[in-house]
Amino acid sequence: MIEKALRGNSKYWGWIAFLFIVIFVGFLFYLRQFGYGLGITGLNRDVTWGLYIAQFTFLVGVAASAVMVVLPYYLHNFKAFGKITILGEILAIASVVMCGTFIFVDMGQPLRIPNVFIFPSPNSLMFWDTIALGGYLVLNVIISINVIASEKKGTPPPGWIKPIILLSIPWAISIHTVTAFLYSGLAARPFWMTAILAPRFLASAFSGGPALLLLLVFFLRKFTRFDPGREPIQKLGLIITYAMSLNVFFVLMEIFTAFYSGIPEHLDHFKFLYVGLHGNTTLVPWMWVSSILAVISLALLYIPKARNNEAVLGFACVTVFLSIWIEKGLGMVITGFVPNPLGEVTRYWPTFTETIITIGVYAVGALVVTIFYKATLSIRGEVSA
Amino acid sequence: MYDAGKIIIGLVVFIALVSYPIWYDAARGDIPTSADPKIVTSEKECVAPTEYMKANHMDLLNQWRDDVVRKGVRVYTAESGRKFEMSLTHTCMDCHSNKSEFCDECHNYAGVDPYCWDCHIEPEEVQR
Amino acid sequence: MTIDKRKFIKTAGLASLAGLAGKNILGQDVSEVIEPGSFDRLSGLQSPLKAERWAMAVDIKKCQKQHDCTKCIDACHHLHNVPEFDNPKDEIKWIWKEPFEHAFHEQENKFQKTDLIHSTPLLFCNHCDNPPCVSVCPTRATWKREDGIVMMDWHRCIGCRYCMAGCPYGSRSFNWRDPRPFIKDQQQDFPTRMRGVVEKCTFCDERLAMGLLPACVEACDVGALVFGDLEDAESDIRKLLNDNFSIRRKPGLGTQPEVYYIIS
Repeated sequence: MIEKALRGNSKYWGWIAFLFIVIFVGFLFYLRQFGYGLGITGLNRDVTWGLYIAQFTFLVGVAASAVMVVLPYYLHNFKAFGKITILGEILAIASVVMCGTFIFVDMGQPLRIPNVFIFPSPNSLMFWDTIALGGYLVLNVIISINVIASEKKGTPPPGWIKPIILLSIPWAISIHTVTAFLYSGLAARPFWMTAILAPRFLASAFSGGPALLLLLVFFLRKFTRFDPGREPIQKLGLIITYAMSLNVFFVLMEIFTAFYSGIPEHLDHFKFLYVGLHGNTTLVPWMWVSSILAVISLALLYIPKARNNEAVLGFACVTVFLSIWIEKGLGMVITGFVPNPLGEVTRYWPTFTETIITIGVYAVGALVVTIFYKATLSIRGEVSA
Repeated sequence: MYDAGKIIIGLVVFIALVSYPIWYDAARGDIPTSADPKIVTSEKECVAPTEYMKANHMDLLNQWRDDVVRKGVRVYTAESGRKFEMSLTHTCMDCHSNKSEFCDECHNYAGVDPYCWDCHIEPEEVQR
Repeated sequence: MTIDKRKFIKTAGLASLAGLAGKNILGQDVSEVIEPGSFDRLSGLQSPLKAERWAMAVDIKKCQKQHDCTKCIDACHHLHNVPEFDNPKDEIKWIWKEPFEHAFHEQENKFQKTDLIHSTPLLFCNHCDNPPCVSVCPTRATWKREDGIVMMDWHRCIGCRYCMAGCPYGSRSFNWRDPRPFIKDQQQDFPTRMRGVVEKCTFCDERLAMGLLPACVEACDVGALVFGDLEDAESDIRKLLNDNFSIRRKPGLGTQPEVYYIIS
């Protein structure tokens, strides 16, 4: 199966080579961090989680979003999604791989990570998160391998795969819920300690993830013979519309309770995000861009004529993805620490090394997606093998 | 042979990578060929018999670590009945204060780099 | 020359005593005389301080009597090889002073008693009865002992910093880089830590095991720090708490911190 990914034209190999270079450079910078310590990042005693953990959180959402194509197809027989469920599952695999890598680069003593399994601690949500994500990865690998192999043979997938696929549906919801629990159970961090955090995570995952998937579908349709037809694209667009509406609604709910109640320990975090706190306005421009992008995306998605126009839909997907990436990949994690439990504001911004390592990890995910999409499409004959 | 060029290059790279430890050591030159740890204390017995310690001191130290840190038990009764404080720094290094001539001898020979010394302060070696 | 019997016996007695004593000193193994340390440690370890529930009381008024006094902080940080970094973002502190409005951030009161507003209470790990840091640790590298102390195992910590996110008091620090070059006057008795692990005050468990009080308590020469067993009704700390108004940090969170601040 993978041998299909070893054949391609010069553009394909150029892209693979580029990814390898980015990964290698990221790895070299990681070696610097491994030798020096995490002090090479912008993290400090007050803001102890930053870019790495934020990307982890964002990518768990992307991984969970595969359920948005799996559920309609396998549970409700929505045949139109037949050609893209595997693409969603591969994206989920790549996302979980990136999640694991981001955790590895964020640990102070990464070689001791096996301690989490040697000394299991069921009291800790982090322990359950490793179980949930590990299980999700195994599920999706089993499903993907069997579905692709069946397509290659031209037979329907084996019967025993159906319960496993159905299991992956609640499992997908659970991975992002457990990740949300990591944050929402902490009495020390009022910004995160809200019951709506898990629903917010899911809503942003189910809009941002499918938006990325749709962009990948558009890309494949442009550069290969892959064409799923109009219906799955429109359906995905509708799913993104509803999910993004929920996401924006939830954010507005948060803003209302914080601002109307006026309780400083809740309000201060939102002030930091949108107007700045104690002179620190690091995230303010980013959050306003995210909000404007969210409004633009909803405006485009609500107008049927706009949503039906695939070029506009593609642009809306870009705005959705960027808006949610800023909200989750920057806003959510850092803000939990600003202000700190003593009311002090400490500035955090990723350093150059931190950013290069992050880009390197994203390149790993891109490589996984590239290799498995190439294999899948080659098997289907949609791309020259 | 089809693709002879690619195969031969691949084989050469593979053999070079796999045999790396051998030719790297040969090139380095200062690899110890034997270990001769020196005892500098006048104490006649360790916390356990020498043969046991040679093979199991790492397990003993791990056990001590868990007993002291996690269980709060700090006194070890040796087989001989003698009591010791379970401590690398205060007990072991009290007698074996010559780390470079004792601990490092076997560790360098075996190519082992225990991370104990990242935290546990090495005693200043007294010139004897 | 005459000498009377009494004088002779006195002189002979003293002389033989001196002779015997001198023989003892010279006859003994030299190392035993020069190294009483190891002998004391073992006997110390065999009479540790024990309690059902350790707790600390800080008398803010007494503490503030001496301006800019940092004896407790210096003692703790010296004894435990706590590094001092030039870059504030790498800061590690086990015990420190914080302005009242930050230490008791949940008690906002612009018109609080003047000497309190200007005070800088001492902060450390609260060794909570219900510690959120312990709940979240994925390897149990931090756990709560039966006697109430929240311990750290620096061998097991993977440096995930979840405990730091979970602590509502900002008590924990992380080794963002190798601390050794930044330790002033390295103390041989206590290990340093390596980069990549979280550290905090452990109520000097290694000193309690030797029958000694925590270093900060001993270092304070105005008696502002009182350390003892809350379950012992006769202990100094219980008496102090019975007779004085005290507050704890963020009591509403349900963590049950065991550091009490006496407001007199």
